[in-house]
Amino acid sequence: MNTSEGHALPAEAGSAPPGPTVPTAKDTRHARTRHRPDVRNLSLLGVLAALVLVGALTKPEQFLSVQNLQLVLTQASVIGVVTVGVTFVIIGGGIDLSVGAMVALATVWATTVATQSYGLGGILLCSLLVALGCGLVNGLLVSFGGMVPFIATLAMLASARGLALQISQGGTQVVSVEPVLALGRRDAYLFGIPPIVLVFAVVTAAGWLLLNRTTFGRRTVAVGGNPEAARLAGIDVRRQRLLLYLLSGLCCGIAAFLLIVLTGSGQNTNGNLYELDAIAAAIIGGTLLSGGRGTITGSVLGVLVFTTITNLFALNNLETAVQQIAKGAIIVAAVLVQKGRKS
Amino acid sequence: MAPAHRPAPPPPAAHEPAGPLLTMAGITKSFPGVRALDGVDLDVVAGEVHCLLGQNGAGKSTLIKVLAGAHQPDGGTIRWRGETVSLKSPIAAMRLGIATIYQELDLVEHMSVAENVFLGHERATGGFIRTGEARERTAELLARLGHPEIDPGTLVGRLSAAGQQIASMARALSHDVRLIVMDEPSAALDPDEVDNLFRIVAALTASGVAVVYISHRLEEIRRIGDRVTVLKDGRTAARGLDAHATPTRDIVALMTGRDVEYVFPERRAATGHPYPTGTDPDRPAPVLSVEGLARDGEFGPVGFRLHPGEILGLAGLVGSGRSEILETVYGARRPTAGRVLVDGRPLRPGSVTAAVRAGLGLAPEERKSQALLLLESVSRNVSLSSLPHFARAGWLNRPAERAGTLAATRGLSLRPDDPDRPVRTLSGGNQQKAVLARWLLRGCRVLLLDEPTRGVDVGARAELYALIRRLADDGVTVLLVSSEVPEVLGLADRVLVLREGQVVHEGEAAALDEHRVLDLVMSDGPGPVPVPASGRTATGKASATGKASVTEKTSAPEDTSAPTPRGDRP
Repeated sequence: MNTSEGHALPAEAGSAPPGPTVPTAKDTRHARTRHRPDVRNLSLLGVLAALVLVGALTKPEQFLSVQNLQLVLTQASVIGVVTVGVTFVIIGGGIDLSVGAMVALATVWATTVATQSYGLGGILLCSLLVALGCGLVNGLLVSFGGMVPFIATLAMLASARGLALQISQGGTQVVSVEPVLALGRRDAYLFGIPPIVLVFAVVTAAGWLLLNRTTFGRRTVAVGGNPEAARLAGIDVRRQRLLLYLLSGLCCGIAAFLLIVLTGSGQNTNGNLYELDAIAAAIIGGTLLSGGRGTITGSVLGVLVFTTITNLFALNNLETAVQQIAKGAIIVAAVLVQKGRKS
Repeated sequence: MAPAHRPAPPPPAAHEPAGPLLTMAGITKSFPGVRALDGVDLDVVAGEVHCLLGQNGAGKSTLIKVLAGAHQPDGGTIRWRGETVSLKSPIAAMRLGIATIYQELDLVEHMSVAENVFLGHERATGGFIRTGEARERTAELLARLGHPEIDPGTLVGRLSAAGQQIASMARALSHDVRLIVMDEPSAALDPDEVDNLFRIVAALTASGVAVVYISHRLEEIRRIGDRVTVLKDGRTAARGLDAHATPTRDIVALMTGRDVEYVFPERRAATGHPYPTGTDPDRPAPVLSVEGLARDGEFGPVGFRLHPGEILGLAGLVGSGRSEILETVYGARRPTAGRVLVDGRPLRPGSVTAAVRAGLGLAPEERKSQALLLLESVSRNVSLSSLPHFARAGWLNRPAERAGTLAATRGLSLRPDDPDRPVRTLSGGNQQKAVLARWLLRGCRVLLLDEPTRGVDVGARAELYALIRRLADDGVTVLLVSSEVPEVLGLADRVLVLREGQVVHEGEAAALDEHRVLDLVMSDGPGPVPVPASGRTATGKASATGKASVTEKTSAPEDTSAPTPRGDRP
């Protein structure tokens, strides 16, 4: 495959030895650190540690209890799964504003009386298919309809929420399928880990592998980083974009099922503002909103930071208003820190 | 509120201090990985039309951005009316009286002409814009520019290209201007409008304003220019040439000429390659055949064949269609006619993926925007087109990927020898090697090279030339586009000379010399095809405007549907 191997270069080039020209140690370290995005997550890990410290100091017995840890992780799981999908879309140069609406529509559709009659499998399959269908529409509109992702997914946000309202008539659809409810109960915990959290862990690991170890991940980075270069390198940019929105839909379907298990119901108000939470988590995790760079680890850490803050505020009986302000401040601080490190 | 210029202002030249209006000396400017300006000198005197010539990438755009205060030079001095100045911002340049009319007009489409003209220096009282006054002043300026019919209240987006240019010029004149830089102002204009433009330029210079005029059309420069400065590779190749007396051939040679350091490798004919060029009956079947390929308004129809291990060069000036042909062959542009065959099988038109699968690879003209993932490492840039080769069911074998990319980059002596280094930290020549390595790794059989040595310093060029020749000797077929005639002649086996989207000559590179090619590519040179009578009448008016259209269609005796109105757009 490599035609150039084994040939001596002609005179001009040959005068320089083909061996490594060693860059200065400083250059290398500089270059390496900047190219290892995972290193940048250390600061986010520091923030998380600080939050845990605050919790341990203010409410030692409640915050550090196993129950609270289970609660925090469970709360992080639904939005966490959504965030993994959104992170891929953003790295690929797009945006998905419809995730919350897709989750809502999927929970409602999967908890209708008709769907529930098919049992756990019906509910799971319905959640996945509904959200995948929405993702497919998003992907087709963006890749082949030439629509701006912001607009296409904004339209999906409105339509999916509307359809969810239409199906549920604004009511709460209680789930009566016993195996589904059983998944959410304490006796389903594996070594103290709720199944929902396990799913989140699996999705995170799969997302990390997909981004860092597969051709799909490489193409995502390429398409987001420089679509023209990706196209001229022979990558099918439209196909890749379509797949990214499908992936986001799939994650929303999984999240919807987790939410059904968690709440034992389906509601058209589910997933409210998930799109903002997911994008915010991705951004403080170091994902470039313009595409081409981002990590799953960072996004998941971002989700954990936000969930821990919510938990701390709840334990200390602080108002949600203050909590929202704190969230906003953290987003600004995280982005400023990243900008500062760049220059 | 005295307007700087009335329809018949007193000549301010009388008040000018002696000496040049503007002197730029030794201007340098580097961007990451490329030295855009490498010591440019330019001097402009009041009341002259000073023409700036150079190929794409010669540094013209960077230079005028430095002059407009949009870029800060790394070195060199700028003297304005005898005093050293630094142009820290566009506003600073404007305050001195330097206005720039960019080729991509910088107007706000959704605002009116008057709002655009006074954008940034609105006539206002306590923050409230004096709309009536702005409109009146704009109407005055438009009338002075010969377009009183344009309503100052019209949205700029509704104006024609020419109208927008007039609006842009009105904006320049709304300042107290002493020097106007015009970047290819005629590129989007009809002959009548070009006449009007020249009239305006003449009126401006008569009133003592200096004009820096950028154009690829030598005829225009002959007509309105006073002096010419030629840029090449970020340096001033010649300054203060007489715009009327300097022979065309000399000017073009300055634009495209070679540095003495260029070293071209031996052709394989001399190294005993089994497939000498020419019409050897034993030569193998062509790898790439292009048949009647055309794109309306850009080029064609063109046809050619490439045999294994051959280097075919496309020579032509900016706007001759050379890059467009390359991109159409590659599927990045969809042809309006004709087809491309690889090994006798036609490629799906307009599909890059099909071309890549068939074994084509493109090293595009703009490496950074069209080829590289600047945030990513060398290794990931190189493996981008070969990911399936290193993956099973989508799962990457990273050690194999790394070994493969390392072998490819080492084979090309890419330096530094560190595959994890971000590609943006490499020099231009090594970035180009990364692009070549990408295609070699893929096992590409036909390399399309568009300006392979653009932004590459002289020493690295020789290395790239040797590399390209070696690849060809190893059996890779190369289609080479370059604006530098010596590069095409020195590297290619066979050359197609293009003019205005048409092939005007095809032959062995060894049988051509630079002067012959320059004669062929220049539209005012002795063309090989006689001018048909119909061509003369159709373009009679155009010739009066000095556009290069006298011979525009002459090389296409066969009908090529719509005429190319702007053959020499970059």
